[in-house]
Amino acid sequence: MIRQFFIRPNPFAISPARKIFSYSLLIFWTIVTLLPFYWLVVTAFKLPIDVSTGPKYVPYVDYKPDTHAFDDLLFSDVAGNFVTRPYINTIVVASGSSALALLIGSTAAYALTRFEYRPKPGLVLTLALSVGLGAYLYVQGLSMILSGVVAIAVYALIAQTIGRRFKGSLGNSDIAFWLVSQRMLPPVAVIVPIYVMYQNLGLLNTRLGLIVAYTAVNLPLVVWFMRDYFQAIPIELEESAFIDGASQYQVLWRIVMPLAAPGLIATGIIVLIFAWNEYTLALFLTGADTQTMPILVAAQNATRGPQWWSISLLVLMMVAPIVLLSALLERFIASGILLGAVKG
Amino acid sequence: MQSQNAGETLQDRMIRLWNASPRFIFLSPSILFVLFLSIFPLVASLYLSMSRIRFVKGGFEITFIGVRNYEKLLSGSQERHFLGKYGEVTPQGYAVLIILVSLMLIMLVRYCLREKIKPYGLIAASAFVVAANRFVPPLVNTLREADVSAEGLGSLYIETFLKLAVGIGIGLYIVNKLDALGVVLRVISILFATRIIWLLIRTMSEGGLNEGGLPGTIGVTMIFAFGGVFFQYIFGLMLAMLVTQNLAGKRFFRIIFLLPMMITPVGIGFLFRMVTNTVLGPIAPLWKFVGLSEVTWAETAFGARTAVMVGDIWQWTPFMFIILLAALEGVSRDQVEASLVDGANSFQIFRYIVLPHILPVSTTLILIRLIEAFKIIDMPQVLTYGGPGTATESTTLHVYNLWRAIDLGTSAALAYLLLIVVTFIALTYVNFFRRRVLENL
Repeated sequence: MIRQFFIRPNPFAISPARKIFSYSLLIFWTIVTLLPFYWLVVTAFKLPIDVSTGPKYVPYVDYKPDTHAFDDLLFSDVAGNFVTRPYINTIVVASGSSALALLIGSTAAYALTRFEYRPKPGLVLTLALSVGLGAYLYVQGLSMILSGVVAIAVYALIAQTIGRRFKGSLGNSDIAFWLVSQRMLPPVAVIVPIYVMYQNLGLLNTRLGLIVAYTAVNLPLVVWFMRDYFQAIPIELEESAFIDGASQYQVLWRIVMPLAAPGLIATGIIVLIFAWNEYTLALFLTGADTQTMPILVAAQNATRGPQWWSISLLVLMMVAPIVLLSALLERFIASGILLGAVKG
Repeated sequence: MQSQNAGETLQDRMIRLWNASPRFIFLSPSILFVLFLSIFPLVASLYLSMSRIRFVKGGFEITFIGVRNYEKLLSGSQERHFLGKYGEVTPQGYAVLIILVSLMLIMLVRYCLREKIKPYGLIAASAFVVAANRFVPPLVNTLREADVSAEGLGSLYIETFLKLAVGIGIGLYIVNKLDALGVVLRVISILFATRIIWLLIRTMSEGGLNEGGLPGTIGVTMIFAFGGVFFQYIFGLMLAMLVTQNLAGKRFFRIIFLLPMMITPVGIGFLFRMVTNTVLGPIAPLWKFVGLSEVTWAETAFGARTAVMVGDIWQWTPFMFIILLAALEGVSRDQVEASLVDGANSFQIFRYIVLPHILPVSTTLILIRLIEAFKIIDMPQVLTYGGPGTATESTTLHVYNLWRAIDLGTSAALAYLLLIVVTFIALTYVNFFRRRVLENL
């Protein structure tokens, strides 16, 4: 009888003992995952006294649920409603930047898998140098036109003389690696110049500025995932469309993008989660008008000590749309990442 | 044709351009984004990291001061904060150092044998490295000792950099001619890695590898990054393997396990402050049962670091899980069944079928997470404020603290040092592991 317990019913199934073992581990991790969530939900309905007098687990049994956190945050007589604006900011910025990153990144990834680029390193270097010089002069207070003229002059001068001497050329994989490696960049390493640049361009404390910054941060991820995805899509369909006279844009828009939809959705969700929860850039680039939800959450740790009920409510409000969206698109997340990731 | 061209409007011309060059229109937006938001800021940041920025009436004043900010971080007032306090290295510490360095040297020798590096190529390579070691430090010293107020500091720098560039250029040209560039790069990276290992041995694992050492923010960041990613990978793999068995409720677990990834890290910081509270948190009865309800996590360095890591692991295990799950589901069922029929046991199936299939994915996955983990800021900032002392202060948090103290130049320099370390670790990882994995399997 006990022996039976450890024996597989057939070679392709698992023994009852192992099944129990597996389920107990899975259930353990489910509890580990869900307990903090449950704690968020119950804490959101607690009065300060209920938090400070020991763990209270079940509403109506251990303590009487109260909606004062909702009143404080959403319907306050004094401060009014100070969640709506950050919430709308977060929605606009996160969805805007994800859409932009997805559009720009996936076209670039497509181009990198279908065309061949052979940039000359010398020309690339001089271009970078002269544009950098122009940007530097501009930041230093020279007028935009003047610094532009200087940059173009320097570029023409160097490119025509030294730049052409370099032999050899870079390939697609170099461009892809360069784009993807930008993800390595700690945001703090570039934030001060971006701050100054935004100040000069009037982008500081605007949603557009945040969208642009988030797009730049998420672009490498999109290129990374989508390049592998596009490589796995057979090229024959596109070739037959070209024979039928379709333009490159029509092929990309009508044939390739629909085929890559699962990958786009999966990548989009991941990028959206990153943009939705972004903290470091928002910390430096937002002000009162463009405050995003993560900043608002962090600010709940104000002078009166952490407002656990408000924090719980805010975190729940933040996580709800993402959870709903992911649950709806759950099958894409698995299948979409699959192709890209497995190729590695 | 010519007359048509002359008569076309601007709009026509733009349409023609649009249709003629999709390859550049597809790629250029990405390039522009990266140039304007990563590369140029990076260049500007390099300049800022070599300046002192002072706020004066109606703006700020930038003075070029050379490597002084870096000096401050590496051997000045911020040294203990950034690198840590050095302890007396114990015999075990020396043993670890010797073992790791000899491992790297063995790898170098094997590389030379495999690539059949010619002896004179090797001599040229070592001469180049020795020369660089001999000449670069005096140059840096000259720059360091130059008078801050000297008007000519900028031109002194340009002169030195030009000399260095010409020297390195000539050296690399010769070495390249002799096919020994790979050796040079490897020797340089071994020197750098030895430095990092020596730093870690002197500051971390107090009592084991050294006496009286304390890790600085870079060491703490490495603990978070390597420790966190290690556990995330192990847990993610275990969960993914459990879920891929033929169990009912697979979809349920898949959705549930993904949830932590969706909370903002700031929120998780607060959440784990509640959860790890041994008196008021949800697992308080458990702590009481174990007899640890008097202990506060945030009181000791070890406990605080563990709390931050637990939060990080809780959040990012799902990311590992979902991608490893996708990879595991790609394992061919026929192959597994065939080996079952042949009498293979579970371990053999894992070792010879499953592991080779998921290894390439795993290397990429670990690399992504490792890079991300080095940027950790929100979790320690909210969970422990970097305390007690600086026990959980990550380098990014250190940068932010310097920025808040309006020490912009030093904060830019510190960010640059972090970038250098991350780039080095990522490139070493790619060079060693990826090719190794792809070659052997």
